[in-house]
This record gives sequence, C-alpha cells and structure tokens, in this order.
Amino acid sequence: MSDNLINIENLTFGYGKELLHKGINMEFQRGKVSAIMGGSGSGKTTILKLIGGQIQPKSGSVSIDGQVVHNQNLSGIYKLRRKMGMLFQHGALFTDLSVYENVAFPMREHTDLPENIIKDLVLMKLNAVGLRGAYKLMPTELSGGMARRVALARAIALDPDIIMYDEPFAGLDPISMAVICDLIRTLNDALGATSIIVTHDVAETFSFADYIYFVADGIVAAEGSPKQLMASKLPFVKQFIHSEKDGPVPFHVSAPSYNSDLAL
Amino acid sequence: MKILINFFEKVGYSITSRINRLGMATRLFFLIIISSGESFRRFHLTMKEIYFTGVMSLVIIIVSAFFVGMVLGLQGYYTLQKYGSSEAIGVLVALALVRELGPVVTALLFAGRAGTAITAEIGLMKATEQLSAMEMMAVNPVGRIIAPRFWAGVIAMPILASIFSMVGILGGYVVAVIVIGVDEGAFWSQMQANVDFRYDIVNGVIKSLVFGVACTIIALFEGFDAPPTAEGVSRATTRTVVTSSLVILGLDFILTSFMLGG
Ligand SMILES: Nc1ncnc2c1ncn2[C@@H]1O[C@H](COP(=O)(O)OP(=O)(O)O)[C@@H](O)[C@H]1O
Ligand SMILES: [Mg+2]
Repeated sequence: MSDNLINIENLTFGYGKELLHKGINMEFQRGKVSAIMGGSGSGKTTILKLIGGQIQPKSGSVSIDGQVVHNQNLSGIYKLRRKMGMLFQHGALFTDLSVYENVAFPMREHTDLPENIIKDLVLMKLNAVGLRGAYKLMPTELSGGMARRVALARAIALDPDIIMYDEPFAGLDPISMAVICDLIRTLNDALGATSIIVTHDVAETFSFADYIYFVADGIVAAEGSPKQLMASKLPFVKQFIHSEKDGPVPFHVSAPSYNSDLAL
Repeated sequence: MKILINFFEKVGYSITSRINRLGMATRLFFLIIISSGESFRRFHLTMKEIYFTGVMSLVIIIVSAFFVGMVLGLQGYYTLQKYGSSEAIGVLVALALVRELGPVVTALLFAGRAGTAITAEIGLMKATEQLSAMEMMAVNPVGRIIAPRFWAGVIAMPILASIFSMVGILGGYVVAVIVIGVDEGAFWSQMQANVDFRYDIVNGVIKSLVFGVACTIIALFEGFDAPPTAEGVSRATTRTVVTSSLVILGLDFILTSFMLGG
C-alpha cells in the first residue's frame, strides 16, 4: 500500500481548444489534509471534477488507489465515487428534500438499511456537524454556513475515504469559517479520510492544511507544507500569501495600451 | 452580397442548431428509456411526481373544461337547431371533447402549468449543481430525477384529458339541458349511441399519451439543457411553452389524419 491515495500525473485538460491545465502533477497522501490554492478561474474546481471522473483529461491521468479514473467504465467510476464525498461550493443541497432527507439520500440510494438505522446514522452525522436540532428544516430555511454543514454531513454520510471541499469558506462569516475549519480537520482525523480542499483563503488554509499546492497558469507553481511556503522566495507565492494586488499576477487583464484604447 | 451571405449563414445556423437540439432531445429520450428501471422498481418516486404534476394542473383543467363544454353547448345548439336536430347536441359536445379538445387543450394547459414548472425545477437543480452533486454521489440523475418525471407526465396526461372530457361534457349538459332545455334523455342516449369506444375514446387516449410523451420530454430537455443562469432558466421556460404548443398542434394534425384515414 503506497502512501499516496491519489496521484495526478502530467495532467492536461481544457474545455475548449486552449489548455486550462498544462501538465499538473500532484500527490495526495493518505490521512492528510491537502489544499489546492490559486486564483479564480485557475481551474481548481476542474481538478476536483477530474478526480471525480466527471470530465476526462486530454492527456495524463488521475489514479485513485492505483486505478486510473478515466480508464473505468461508468459503473467503475460510480464504484470509485462511492468512496468519495464532495462538498460543493454552495452546498448543492437538494432543495425539495428536508435536511434529514438530504443526509439520508446517499444511504437510501446505496444501501438497504432499515429506517431506524438510517435515522440513527443521519442524526449521528448531523450531530457531528452540530445541526442535529435542524433536521426538520428545509434547505431554504438555512443560513449559508448551516447549509454548508448539512452538505458536509451528506458528503460524509457513507464514511468516504476521500473528502473533497470546493471553496468551503467562500462567503462565510468568520465564526462559521472557524467552525468549518475545525470540522474539516476533525472529520478527516475521525474518519481516517484523505481530504482535499480547494480554496483561496490563505490564513485558514495555512492554519490547518498538511500540504499545499499552488496552481497558476495551468501548472503547479509551488508546493510544500505551510511552513515551507511561508518561507518561500517565489514572487508568485509571496504575492498570493500577502495578497498584494500587483505582482507576477497582474491587476490588469492583458489589453492594448491604454492610450490606443482612448484613441490618443 | 455580404448581407446575403450573412442571411444564409444565419438561416443555416438556426436550422442546424434546431436539428442538433432535436437530436439531443432524442438522445435524452433514449437515455430515459434505458434508465427507467428505478421509476418502476421504486414507484413511489414516480407517484410523487404524478401527484405534483397532476394536482398542479387539476384546477386549471377542471375550470377550463367546464367553460369549454359550456361554449360548445351554446355554439352547437344554435347551429343544430337550424337543422332541427338540437338533440344531437350531446353527441357533438362529447365527440368534440373526446376526440380533439380533451387531449389538445389538456396538453396545452399542461405545457403551460406543469411543463414550465418541470423546466424551471430541472434548470435550477442544474444551476445550483444539485445534478452534479448527485452524479458525484454515484447516483444517475437521469434515472433518479428525470425518468420519474417523464413517466409521471406520460401517466398523468391521459388521466387529465379524461377528466377534461368528463367535466366538459358536464358543462355542455348544464348549458344544453338545464339552461336551454334540450331533452335530457335524448342528450344522453344519442351520446351513448354515437360515441364509439375504439374509434373515439381509444384514439383520444392515444393522442393524449403521445402529447404526454412530447410535452414532458420537451420540458425536461429544456430544463436539462438550460444555461445554468437565471436568464438561461427563464428563457428555457418560455421555450418549453412555445415548442410544446407547436409540437402538440402539429402532432394533433398528423395523428388525426392517420386516425380518420385508417
Ligand atoms: N463546463 C464548463 N465549460 C466551459 N468552460 C468552463 C466550464 N467550467 C469551467 N469553465 C472555465 O474554466 C475555467 C476554470 O474554471 P474552474 O475550474 O471553475 O476555476 P476555479 O474553480 O479555479 O475558479 C474558468 O475560466 C471557467 O470559465
Ligand atoms: Mg471553483
């Protein structure tokens, strides 16, 4: 059993002709919390979709436990996905189902457990995210932070080996943010899972991630433990960590010179 | 010259994109058929959708049917009495409803009420990544979300059309017999004698089944295909009504000519 649960090798991918990823290499160690950081539109969410097999790489591969994802047929991919839990950016709760039914959904779809056991499991998962008291509510009655915690309870409903989080902190108040931070670490360690977090929140991520990848221009621009990256001399990393508005990542979208646009 | 080329480009593009969408809708149809197992194995999923689509359309269908029936009664009476055959009013109302107006008007109302709701629901589920989330949970959204709604529409449509015809006949009865005073015995007995089970009622049910398939597929496809934005979903909803209405009327002509010809 190798240390790495997920391996991404020389991965290239693009939605159109242009490549979004130009040869990405990443390794996600078992039991660790790894983060993928990068600016908006750098293709972070797309990496999660490639891991989940929702889209196919142009070249290179993603393998999970030695199995190459895009070589699987649909039932193979579904089998792999049953080992994964994913927290979508805005929760993606099923709006026509209550909190309880949302968490019960994966259990009802994939197991034949009797109702009383499902009930115990759902309440246990909701308890883990601190929302046992909210099981009767509908998703529209939840705040952003609560919705995300319910989605997290649903993602861990079947005790996945891999938990993926897409921007778990985006749009949350500082308290909810701290709660989610804490949950990610606790759940990872309690379930013995491997977690991947996609985010651009520097402070939170550096406070609890074990390993961090920076993506820029379609490649891994930097990687390392938070300590190593803090000490990094790479201009890109410095710009990102200290949130400077101009640097290797320019403030202006490339454009003709200002003068020619103003017809001077 | 340039204008002409532009014109042909636009026409060509609009034709090819329509054919393309027709192809994708057909593909969705076959995907639904092969992923339908669950809709019947776990019939409560379909049942829930029948309840929603059926109940949602029931009030508008009953009210419309009653008015349509009353108008038929009035119009029919004034024409028939000129020929001294006002007792035939029962047959006229019943045949018009069972053969044509029941299935067609029901389908048009269904498209406007339930069809738009289906498109908006699926479009929003896609825009809020609920369908993606389902895929990531190793659950096929076509089997779990789309197929039950499809079968619900196909099952609900003939039931709604029958209700439409029944209530319409009642409306005709109220106007012709109670208000105008046509002989009640003649009204019902002529209807009984001249409405054929195989050629009138079964054909009407076949029509509404076909409309059920068409309306529901269009609504589902538009929702599934909508760009994941508020504007995209609202446009898709409009397209559902327009496309369904045209398709229903076109199909009605084709089906009627086969049924009368055959
Ligand atoms: N389904 C799609 N079709 C076409 N382009 C897409 C699609 N999804 C994302 N993109 C584009 O790919 C780029 C990267 O998207 P994404 O992976 O969501 O970035 P991030 O999560 O890092 O913000 C963006 O420019 C986005 O517009
Ligand atoms: Mg993203």
